[in-house]
Amino acid sequence: MKVVIPSPLLSYTGRREVEAEGATLDALLGDLDRRHPGLRFRVVDEQGGLRPHMRLFVNGEHVRDLATPVRPGDEVRLVQALSGG
Amino acid sequence: MARGRNGAEKAARPAKGAVMVLVATRKGAFLLRGDAARRRWKVGPPIFLGSIVHHLVQDPRDRRTLLLAARTGHLGPTVFRSTDLGRTWKEAARPPAFPKAPEGQKGRVVDHTFWLTPAHASEPGAWYAGTSPQGLFRSADGGDTWEPMPGYNDDPRYRGWMGRETDGTPDGPVIHSIIVDPRDPSHLYLGMSSGGVHESLDGGRSWNPIIDGMEVVEQLDPSNVAFHDPHAVRLCATNPDRLYQQNHCGIYRLDRPGRRWERIGRNMPKAVGDIGFPIVLHPRDDSTAWVFPMDGSGVWPRTSPAGKPAAYVTRNAGSTWKRLDGGLPRRDAWWTVKRQAMAGDARDPVGLYLGTTQGEVWASRDEGGRWACLARGLPEIYSVETAELGR
Repeated sequence: MKVVIPSPLLSYTGRREVEAEGATLDALLGDLDRRHPGLRFRVVDEQGGLRPHMRLFVNGEHVRDLATPVRPGDEVRLVQALSGG
Repeated sequence: MARGRNGAEKAARPAKGAVMVLVATRKGAFLLRGDAARRRWKVGPPIFLGSIVHHLVQDPRDRRTLLLAARTGHLGPTVFRSTDLGRTWKEAARPPAFPKAPEGQKGRVVDHTFWLTPAHASEPGAWYAGTSPQGLFRSADGGDTWEPMPGYNDDPRYRGWMGRETDGTPDGPVIHSIIVDPRDPSHLYLGMSSGGVHESLDGGRSWNPIIDGMEVVEQLDPSNVAFHDPHAVRLCATNPDRLYQQNHCGIYRLDRPGRRWERIGRNMPKAVGDIGFPIVLHPRDDSTAWVFPMDGSGVWPRTSPAGKPAAYVTRNAGSTWKRLDGGLPRRDAWWTVKRQAMAGDARDPVGLYLGTTQGEVWASRDEGGRWACLARGLPEIYSVETAELGR
């Protein structure tokens, strides 16, 4: 499925839209990390929590639970929420 | 400093090559390349512009490798490695991270890697890292993969002395000043802000505090290890039995095997006091140390006292101190120099370098006698280290 990447992570993917597979958001992020090593840890901490200023949208809906199922054809967007100055 | 040298014997010889100053800031890192005379300096372009860089350190064992600890406001903490003195960078495959907690328990999360130290000269490629919240990590492969050190991280006593994420320094509790004895790779020291100074004799498998003689903030109990706040601890390269410390509550010296710190800052001028963050030691003279005092009165402005920045040097192990402000602004300079933001090189005479919270890099080629500004307009400076070039 299509994953839309925010600008702070373009150094990992090289492009805004990439493909990845997985039955859940967690699995999807794991697959993204296999394709683009290092990306997952910048987004998800070592306890499996989404980092505070990252947001995930599935088909336009804000989702925080990484166990959320996803299906082929879904569009997942990784978004950075603004922080600091 | 042991962490910057290949052992006491080598440290005894002055370096002759050019010096590079490694500057880590709140919004990226910068390399300042000097000529052999240390007169002309070129400020390189930003590295990882926008990343919060807490530490940038050369590996003195190969003089080619740099490790850089970074995070951003959004992205998690990581470590970048360069094996060509900063021309190209590669991210660590496994940055410092705590183990995943068992189901149902709350695990710790590394907010940022605060400190990097190359391990002993006999352990090429090995490094230590200290994080916030306080965690100790080791890499055996040049900083590519990092393993937690449970002898510190999971020790129940140390868990009690570690601050919570909201404790300690304004940016969270940190481990700093990880020091390796140049005579013995298993003999380590580290500083906890807050949480005291600690020693390991077995390569980090077990630790014990060394806090006798250190003072704490008024009304707190000095017997409580958690209340001690060493800002910077350094070990003399040519006399590894001697350590100096700039603490939240004074300047100290410790001569081993003794275990009691002596407050040598009491000999500083009363109007200036002995509060500050950095301390720099002479690479070949165990009686010489430099500090950069700040205003620790009242609400702790943490600026240069009276807006008049100056380094102070002792050349007799702390009995007397001399003000060194030649070339520095005479007034209205409300600086702070953070704990990692002052360093020395290995040349003769020793070069000193400091970075300010206002983005200025100042240097002296004559051990602090005369200062010159090398760079202005950088982001807030978090750390300054030196790299010796050539062999």
